[in-house]
Amino acid sequence: MKHVVSIEDLDNKRIMGLLKRAKQLVPVAEGKKKSKALDGKILATCFFEPSTRTRLSFESAMQRLGGTCIGFADPSATSHLKGETLLDAIRMVAGYSDVIVLRHPHEGSAKLASEVSEVPVINGGDGAGQHPTQTLLDLFTIKEEIGKLEGLNVGMLGDLRYGRTVHSLSQALDRFKAQFYFISPKTLGMPTHVTDELQNDWSTHKNLDEVLGKLDVLYVTRIQKERFPDIEDYKRVAGAYRINAEILQKAKPKMRILHPLPRVDEISTDVDGTKHAAYFRQAFNGVPVRMALLEQLMGKKK
Amino acid sequence: MSENLLRVQPIRNGTVIDHIKPGRGRKILEVLGLSGSGTTISLLMNVPSKKRNRKDIIKVEDRELSENETEKLALLSPNARVNIIRNYAVAEKKKIEIPKVISGTVRCPNDNCISNNERGSSTHFKLLDHKSLRIQCIYCGRKIDEDNIEFI
Repeated sequence: MKHVVSIEDLDNKRIMGLLKRAKQLVPVAEGKKKSKALDGKILATCFFEPSTRTRLSFESAMQRLGGTCIGFADPSATSHLKGETLLDAIRMVAGYSDVIVLRHPHEGSAKLASEVSEVPVINGGDGAGQHPTQTLLDLFTIKEEIGKLEGLNVGMLGDLRYGRTVHSLSQALDRFKAQFYFISPKTLGMPTHVTDELQNDWSTHKNLDEVLGKLDVLYVTRIQKERFPDIEDYKRVAGAYRINAEILQKAKPKMRILHPLPRVDEISTDVDGTKHAAYFRQAFNGVPVRMALLEQLMGKKK
Repeated sequence: MSENLLRVQPIRNGTVIDHIKPGRGRKILEVLGLSGSGTTISLLMNVPSKKRNRKDIIKVEDRELSENETEKLALLSPNARVNIIRNYAVAEKKKIEIPKVISGTVRCPNDNCISNNERGSSTHFKLLDHKSLRIQCIYCGRKIDEDNIEFI
């Protein structure tokens, strides 16, 4: 069984294969071409916490490939509240579907679910843990925007401590020999359990200015209000890490900005019209990338 | 039998845990819940040892250690030896080994880990490093050093 629990489950060869297939599937994702690849197959979305973007892009991907979807988007509508265990829920849903996407507030849920599920489990985010399809779509976006994945100068900006997308993406890009620049307030720096594992060079910085000119990719994350006990501290820190079109004049013309969205005001809207803004295309890319994965897990062997 | 072991009377039946890392004997009694078991137990601390400078020794009468207890012991003191005593003689010598996957004996320190939140679930840890006893939760990925291991 091919569960996809962590980006570590996918080797570079499989990642490159998925990205290549995702590219071919773009016209299908856009609705310009029709596909019946997953005709008769059922995707179950089990979302024990809300995540509109992940759920809708999985459902869109499945339906574009001719499959159908069942599921729930809110655990209050399920027997979870009556005290049903995750494993009982998974065993039940596995009987109704051909693949399960699980979103859950506790780390390790997808791994546990994969131990009992009779159909493939895809981790759609488990607490502060893994979210492998987000990492895949980030990699796809970088490859499409820059033209390659190998040996890039990658800046990561904002909340690097709690932002799980930047943890997984660092692990993945490290395999492609990236050089990292971690830009954040001291209290929200990249955790050592991530940096300890990196094989390639990395450095930490307080200001974007110090490194902006070197970057091929700038990955921005939202600094969350709830991380700061004092609202004034939050405003000061968040203000210092805000990006606008003027700041970006120092960037390489080909530098691209990614953001997992939703953004609040860490990227000013005047950046949206510049050639640097890749975040809306990145959000769309969730569809072809998830299509490629679903097809690989359930499609006919060629 | 060496002079050291004679400080406490030989036991007729039971288990002698020898070559315990000095100072770890009390922790072992606590983790294995031996003190509350009602059997006679002797704990010797900082006994001079030929192999290493000092060691602790535990003698438990009329009781043999289970697999699960031996596994916990392995994590607490990897070099300990377990001798099963029957009728005053060593009937069995066990060299304890840390398994590659440690199941059901250690609690994950991450409160948000599914292993702490799913009713009826067990815990599983991978042994990352034999020497430093670093282990990793197979669910949430949290890594734990020897000194922070919390037993169930």
